[in-house]
Amino acid sequence: MSQNQNRNEQIGTWRLKVGLAEMLKGGVIMDVVTPEHARIAEKAGAVAVMALERVPADIRAHGGVARMSDPEIIKRIQDAVTIPVMAKCRIGHFVEAEILQALEVDYIDESEVLTPADPENHVWKHDFTVPFVCGARNLGEALRRCAEGAAMIRTKGEAGTGDVIEAVRHMRTIMSEIRRVASAREDELVAIAKELNAPLDLVQEVHEKGRLPVPNFSAGGIATPADAALMMKLGAEAVFVGSGIFKSGDPERRAEAIVEAVAHYNDPAVLARVSAGLGEPMVGINVSSLPPEEQLAVRGW
Amino acid sequence: MPETVGVLSLQGDFERHLVALDRIGVPGREVRTVADLDECSRLIIPGGESTTLGILLRRCGLDQAIPERARAGMPIWGTCMGLILLAKEVEGSDQWTLGLLDVTVRRNAFGRQVYSFETDLTIRGLERPFHAVFIRAPIVTRLGVGVEPIAEHEGKVVAVRSGKMLGTAFHPELTEDSRVHELFLNL
Repeated sequence: MSQNQNRNEQIGTWRLKVGLAEMLKGGVIMDVVTPEHARIAEKAGAVAVMALERVPADIRAHGGVARMSDPEIIKRIQDAVTIPVMAKCRIGHFVEAEILQALEVDYIDESEVLTPADPENHVWKHDFTVPFVCGARNLGEALRRCAEGAAMIRTKGEAGTGDVIEAVRHMRTIMSEIRRVASAREDELVAIAKELNAPLDLVQEVHEKGRLPVPNFSAGGIATPADAALMMKLGAEAVFVGSGIFKSGDPERRAEAIVEAVAHYNDPAVLARVSAGLGEPMVGINVSSLPPEEQLAVRGW
Repeated sequence: MPETVGVLSLQGDFERHLVALDRIGVPGREVRTVADLDECSRLIIPGGESTTLGILLRRCGLDQAIPERARAGMPIWGTCMGLILLAKEVEGSDQWTLGLLDVTVRRNAFGRQVYSFETDLTIRGLERPFHAVFIRAPIVTRLGVGVEPIAEHEGKVVAVRSGKMLGTAFHPELTEDSRVHELFLNL
């Protein structure tokens, strides 16, 4: 956080960082690799786009080391749309994060989808003006990321598979751990914090509020309107869709349908209408067939 | 009709408005359908993405129902995205809006998220300054007949009132200060 003395303004505050996440609630954040994709996403009702060189499915197929996108690609996407533009840096790669901040992206995703740059540490996100989102598989991981300054958490799921099972697993785990913390006695929280490997003050905050300290979104394997609505019903407050849109047969219609499904996730009649006639979904990979070394969700500490 | 404040809940920070209403003891309810709107005496359009909400409103009939209720005198307040959706015109864009407030707005007028800011603001009708949170905020660049500017930041209009309509470029729902919510309830 800093102060612009001349204008009596504070920038980069925690409230501004979490505030932007609040504005994205009930929305769909879409992965895009070209300005054309970005315009399609915006027209379909995306609340934000994630500017990438490759969608996760192609990162998987391509193999090798996956890094921050070329700034040229990010700038072209920023010029194409008026909605917020996010971009990914590698876990722990704070210089990539500094570059993304210099590019004025609206949110940085410190993401397991890219190859981690640090085997132990994540970026110390409090030092930045731009807010960060981080992935998590369980409550302990989510609270460690909050401690480092993440202003939004998303379930990791298993990106680039089109298989929703891991997103479901991670959301159910986080929500049931939150319920457990909320219903625990106050004198049990130290032991729970030890077990979760999470800072005590944040465990106490979860105990008090019955929710994460920051908005809780979902990502990783969402391919259909029904998948998106399922994640909302399980407790997600918004949804990231990566490969699921632009790897499908009719990205425009699928994007619109997922946007409507997230807004009306409690209305099966709307879900039935928007799910009809969308063409081929992304082919997908069954997560249980993935060898352990190809699973992205285990990246992050 | 007993006072029930609807908060448009298709997308955005509607939950924060509901919390703010709860804090001052006013019944609030989520509005996702025309039937929900029928239960409300006032409407708040929260912060969020105006392009997204414009699409969602047109798909569920609220694009017709909200103007009908506005013409019948229902008070409406838009915060940030809500102000954009109430505006008659968006600078440099043919973006769809409800067009209920005769102003022109400029979206993202202060720049991207790294330029989002908090500041103390003087608002006409409030005695003490109000701590205002601006997130990728718009400004009002043209005031139509009968539209009264009620707050400026660096000479830019950031809050307006016109009859039963209130528009703020900032987010009173993100602070603990309920005075702008009370201002709306007195319209």
